[in-house]
Amino acid sequence: MDKTLSSLAEAVSGIGDGATIMIGGFGGSGAPIELIHALIDRGSRNLTVINNNAGNGHVGIAAMIEQNMISKMICSFPRSADPKVFTDLYLSGGIELDLVPQGTLAERIRAGGAGIPAFYTPTGFGTDLAVGKPIAEFEGRSYVQERWLKADFALIKAELGDPMGNLTYRMAARNFNPLMAMAAERTIAQVSSLVPLGEIDPESVVTPGIFVDGLVEISTPKQEEILNRRGARYPESAA
Amino acid sequence: MSEQLNAIKLSNAQIAWRAAQDIEDGSYVNLGIGFPEMIAKFQPQGRDVVYHTENGVLGFGKAPPEGEEDWDLINAGKKAITLKPGSAFFHHADSFAMVRGGHLDLAVLGAYQVAETGDLANWSTGRGGVPAVGGAMDLVHGAKRVAVVTDHVTKTGEPKLVKHCTMPLTGVGCVTRIYTSLAVVDIDQGHFLLREKLAALSFDDLQALTGATLNIAGGISDLDTPKL
Repeated sequence: MDKTLSSLAEAVSGIGDGATIMIGGFGGSGAPIELIHALIDRGSRNLTVINNNAGNGHVGIAAMIEQNMISKMICSFPRSADPKVFTDLYLSGGIELDLVPQGTLAERIRAGGAGIPAFYTPTGFGTDLAVGKPIAEFEGRSYVQERWLKADFALIKAELGDPMGNLTYRMAARNFNPLMAMAAERTIAQVSSLVPLGEIDPESVVTPGIFVDGLVEISTPKQEEILNRRGARYPESAA
Repeated sequence: MSEQLNAIKLSNAQIAWRAAQDIEDGSYVNLGIGFPEMIAKFQPQGRDVVYHTENGVLGFGKAPPEGEEDWDLINAGKKAITLKPGSAFFHHADSFAMVRGGHLDLAVLGAYQVAETGDLANWSTGRGGVPAVGGAMDLVHGAKRVAVVTDHVTKTGEPKLVKHCTMPLTGVGCVTRIYTSLAVVDIDQGHFLLREKLAALSFDDLQALTGATLNIAGGISDLDTPKL
């Protein structure tokens, strides 16, 4: 079994207009910048993107928004050091926002990957974000029903990957990546190091390969925080 | 009143210091982004505390020196952090299982308003702009104690401790203790219970700056902090 892909272009080639895409990362940590930029090169439009944030600066998800590729963001915290790209488009009515509490977002994605259509959480009870959702009482306390979240594609970033798609992560860059890997029809991982089968200790595998459909090796991945400190833009011609 | 108040009220650092005194040895603690983060600086010597950050780290330490940041190692405020011995990484669903599952001993957040019922408003002023909630709605449910650090009144002098929140709620009946620039107040069965106040402020003046009745049980201590 070999899920290795030959190029970034091949990795995103199936992502058409109107797709729902989970993109891993929390801010810049764990964000698959090279996959995102390959998707910008492909130019898919009218996308729904699920991520914790809504982009920072002019690279990654912010660059997708700037290129008018995203019609709807599902996220918990659309603020950042430089949120101007999302903020301007949102305030002008050019992009839809579905705001989800962070832990609920994570659990909805996990539920999507685990085949659990709905669950109850205390989070959001009595707030504007629970309006219209079913409420139930368990052991004397009220809980909000939340539904699973699934996607057509997940674009994630991992540290080590083997040809079967077994993955490890690097420090806090793990965040949403293992959850999103489970919740999409097709999961594509960029890995910083593609290693031969057997090189990853089975005890250390965080995402088992069953959740991964394709991998592409990006041996020195760019980091959103560093790109933004340099004032980078994608594509560079957008400057 | 307001000039006099500004002269006696605690700074944010002093509020953070006071909140830090209540962090118990051996506890697992989440400090909200911004002002609450300052509490870690004042953690009393000799207490072993493990800090949780919701993006997936337990047991982090101070910020690294400038230039030595690793941007895969950040906190929920997206600031670079370092690790202490015994730290752990985990994904977001596990991180919020720690939160909602009641495994944290203490969460400390900021506030726009806190009601006497323990309702908290801290995520949206309700006045437009881009709404953003992050982990606040999760954090207020689950930690054994949910504390707030805040100025006692708004910049225009309106009470932040109120009978009913008028701003959009983060959680219902979730706050257990409030550390303000003037007082320490517990939420006790739907009422404010005054525990400590600045010695320089009379009870009547404090009550006038508070939007609901301050109850007293067993006396009021002086809110005494070092100059910071």
